[in-house]
Amino acid sequence: MKKMLVLLVSLLVLSAFLGVVATTLTFGYPKMTDMDDYFLRFGQEQTGTNNQCTSVTFDFRGFDTLGESTVLFCAVIGVALIFRKMQAGEEHEDE
Amino acid sequence: MLWNLPFITVVVLTFIGIVTVLLKKNLIKILLGINILESAVNLFLVSLGYREGGVAPIFTLAPSQLMVLPTPQALTLTSIVIGVATSALVLSFAMVLYKKYGTVDIDKIRRLQG
Amino acid sequence: MSRIVRTAADILYPTILIFGLYVVAHGHLTPGGGFQGGAVIATGGALVIVAYSYAEVREWLSKNVLMGQEVIGLVGFIGVALLALAFGQVFFFNYLNASGSLFGIPVPYGINAGELNTGGFVPLMNFSVGCEVWGGLTLVILYMLSGLEKEGC
Repeated sequence: MKKMLVLLVSLLVLSAFLGVVATTLTFGYPKMTDMDDYFLRFGQEQTGTNNQCTSVTFDFRGFDTLGESTVLFCAVIGVALIFRKMQAGEEHEDE
Repeated sequence: MLWNLPFITVVVLTFIGIVTVLLKKNLIKILLGINILESAVNLFLVSLGYREGGVAPIFTLAPSQLMVLPTPQALTLTSIVIGVATSALVLSFAMVLYKKYGTVDIDKIRRLQG
Repeated sequence: MSRIVRTAADILYPTILIFGLYVVAHGHLTPGGGFQGGAVIATGGALVIVAYSYAEVREWLSKNVLMGQEVIGLVGFIGVALLALAFGQVFFFNYLNASGSLFGIPVPYGINAGELNTGGFVPLMNFSVGCEVWGGLTLVILYMLSGLEKEGC
C-alpha cells in the first residue's frame, strides 16, 4: 500500500519535470551564451592558458574551487575523527 | 521528442534514484540511490552546455573553432568532488553502525537502544 | 596476494605515478588538471594497498606524512591566491600572466601548438590541488581499513 502511494506521487511529480524538459529545452542549441562567448574570446589573453575549462575553474571562478577544496578537506578530517583510537582510561566514546 | 534524449535519461535516472532512497531497507542500497541521483544531476549539467557540431574547448591543436560551453563542465567537476566527500562520510557511518548494532537494516536500528 | 599480483603492482605503480604527474603538470594545455591527476595517483596507491595486505603496508606508509601532504596542498592554494595582495591587486588576481618571470609568456588568440611556460599561476595551483587530493583519498582508504581490523567487524 505504501509502495503504491510512493510510486504514484513520484510519477506525478516527475511527469511534470518531463513535460517542462521535453518542451522548453533544446539539445544542441543553448539559449544564453553571452558569458561563455566572452570566456572563449578573451580567455587566452587574460589567463594565458590554452585549456578553457581549467581557466574557468581556477581563474575566472576560482572562489568556487577554494570552497570545494575546503569541503574535501573537512570530509577527510571527518573520516579520520570517526575511526580514532581510544585514549587510555576511556571505555565508551562519549566520556 | 527523441532529439532531447539526454534530458529524458536525466528524468528516468532521477525517478530511479528517488524511488530507491524512499523504498529500500538496506543502508548500502540507500547510499547507492544517493549516488544515482548525483549522477543524474551531473549529466543534466553537462548536457545543458552542448553546441551542435562543437569540439572540446581547448585551443591546443583544435580541429575547429566552434566549441562547446566551458562553464557547465567546471561546475560539474565541483559537484563530482562533493559527491565523493558525501559517499565517504556515509560509508564511515554505516561501518560504525554495523559495529554497534550487528545489522544494517534501518527498521532494526530504530528499535534497539544501544 | 600471490607473487604474480605483487610483482605486477611493483612494476605498475611508478608508471601510474608518472602518468598522474603528467596529467597534473600539463593541466593548462591538455585535458586534465589538479583533481583528475590527483585521483589517478590515488588509484595507484590503492593498487599497492590491495596487492600487499594491510598488515604489511601500515609499517611503511605512515598516516602523518599523508596528512602533512594534504595540509601543505590546501595552505599552498590559499597562499598563492593571497600573494596577489602583495602586488597591489585584488585577492585571486593572476599576477604571473604575461609578466616575463616564472610562467609568464603571453598567448595570442587562436589555435597554437601549446607551450609549457605559459599560464600564469594556474600550474602552481594545479600542483597544490593534486597534492591535496592525493593525500586525502589515500588517507580515507587507510583509515577505513584500520577501522576494520581489531574490534572485529
